[in-house]
Amino acid sequence: MKIQTIETKNLCESAKNGGCGECQTSCQSACKTSCGIANQQCENKVEE
Amino acid sequence: MIHSYKLGGMNIVLDICSGSVHVVDEVAFDIINMYENAERQDIVKEILSKYPDDPEVTAESIEECCDQIEELKSAGKLFAPDTFRPIAGELKKRTSGVVKALCLHIAHTCNLNCSYCFASQGKYHGDRAVMSFEVGKRALDFLVENSGTRRNLEVDFFGGEPLMNFGVVKQLVEYARSIEKEKGKNFRFTLTTNGILVDDDVIEFSNREMSNVVLSLDGRKEVHDRFRVDYQGRGSWEQIVPKFQKFVKARGNKNYYMRGTFTHNNPDFLEDIKTMLDLGFTELSMEPVVCAEDDPSALTNEDKGIVMEQYEKLAELMLQKYREGEPFTFYHYMIDLKGGPCIYKRVSGCGSGTEYMAVTPWGDLYPCHQFVGEEKFRLGSVFEGVTNIEIQDEFMSCNVYTRPECQDCWAKLYCSGGCAANAYHATGSVKGVYSYGCDLFKKRMECAIMLEAAKTLDGVN
Repeated sequence: MKIQTIETKNLCESAKNGGCGECQTSCQSACKTSCGIANQQCENKVEE
Repeated sequence: MIHSYKLGGMNIVLDICSGSVHVVDEVAFDIINMYENAERQDIVKEILSKYPDDPEVTAESIEECCDQIEELKSAGKLFAPDTFRPIAGELKKRTSGVVKALCLHIAHTCNLNCSYCFASQGKYHGDRAVMSFEVGKRALDFLVENSGTRRNLEVDFFGGEPLMNFGVVKQLVEYARSIEKEKGKNFRFTLTTNGILVDDDVIEFSNREMSNVVLSLDGRKEVHDRFRVDYQGRGSWEQIVPKFQKFVKARGNKNYYMRGTFTHNNPDFLEDIKTMLDLGFTELSMEPVVCAEDDPSALTNEDKGIVMEQYEKLAELMLQKYREGEPFTFYHYMIDLKGGPCIYKRVSGCGSGTEYMAVTPWGDLYPCHQFVGEEKFRLGSVFEGVTNIEIQDEFMSCNVYTRPECQDCWAKLYCSGGCAANAYHATGSVKGVYSYGCDLFKKRMECAIMLEAAKTLDGVN
C-alpha cells in the first residue's frame, strides 16, 4: 500500500511567524466576485 | 479533519488543519477513510474481504499501512486537530485600522450596456459620474495615511469603465509615484477594462504603470456578444479582441488576466476558455455570474452539474497542456501548496471593510466594490474617514469561525469563510453563506490541488 505525501506549507508552523498582513487582500485583483485565499502569495520574508 | 476524493486518476487525501496533501493507492484510500471510526482488527477484516483477489493485500500489508498512518498522525500530517479558533480574529486585531488596498471607482459610467453587470452598467444603482482628480488624490492620501507600516499598497482602477476617465487615472498614477519614495510606499496598480477605448497610449501607459490588467472577454464571439453590447445593441467582440491581443503581446511578462463571466447561457464555459487559448491568451479567469436568483442569466441548479463537470475537464486540459509544454493559467486553480498564505490569513476572512475598501466617484467609502450603492453599508468617506463603526465592526468580526456552516467544511482554510457580498446577497447577512458558490469553490479547490499534486508527482516519478 502506498501513501505519497506532497510537500506543503505546514499551517501549524505558520502560526509561529505568520500574520504580518503584507499579503494581498482576498479578491482584490482578478476575480472581483468571489473569495478565495488559496491562490495568494505569502509576502512574509520572516516566515520564509 | 480530512477530505478524500478521486480525481484525474488519483486518490487524494487532504489533511485540512495541517494543510498536508497525500496521494494514495486505492487500498490506502479505503483504510484512511475508515481509520478514525474503526478498530484495527475490523479494518483488516473489511479490507481483506473487499480485495479478496489482490495478492498484495494481506493482513500484514494492511497493518503496515495502519502504522504509516499512525506515523503521519504523530508527525501532525494526518487527522491534525483544529486548534486555530483562538487566532481567528488575531490578524484583523493586529492590523486594526490599517488600510492597504482601495478599489477606486474612477467612472460610474460605461460605454457598454451589459445586462448581467453586477454594477448595473457601471452606475451601481445611482447616477452616472466620474471621479475628479481631487477626490482620487484625497483617496490616495487617505490610503497612505492609514496604511501604517505596510509598504505595498494596492489600488484598482475600476468602474464602470475606467478608461472613460483615463486622464484622471494618469494624473493619479503620476501623483502616487511622486509621493511613494518620500512616504516609503510602493503602489501596485491594476486596471480593469472592457477594451473599447484601448489604444496605443493606453497600452504604453498601462504596460509601464499597471502591475496587472484585467481584460474583460467572455470567450466565444456569440457568448460574448450576447451580453457585452453597446447602447445600440451591437456586440463588442470584433472590436476588442484585436486590441486585447496587441495589449497582451506588448505586455511581455507583466501580469494580466483575460476575465470572462459565464451565465445560464453558457455553463459549458470550457469552450470559452478554449477560444481564449486559440486567440493566444494564456492567463485566464472565468467567473460565475453574480446576479439575483430570478435573473434570466442566473445559474440554475441544473447548470451546477454541468459547471462541475466543466471544472474537471478544464483541470484535465490544463494538465495535458502542461505536459505538452504549453501551460496556461486559470486564476482559480492557482495554488501554491508550499508558499501560500499563513494560517492567520486563512482563518481571518476576507479583508473587505477593514483593510480593503471601495471609493465612489464622490469619495464615499464602502466595504468593497460589490457593496457600492447599498446605502446602509456606507462606511464614511475619504474626507472624514470611517464613521460607520458599527458596520465596520461587523466586517471586522467576520471570520471562518463566525459562520456555523463553515465549521465542518473541509474547504474552510482555502476560502477563509467566503465572500461577504455574495453571502449578503444570498442570505441577507454578511455572516451568511452562499452555498451555491461554496459548491463551485470546493470543486475548484479539488481540481487545483489535483493539478498541483499531479505536477509534483510528474517531477518525482
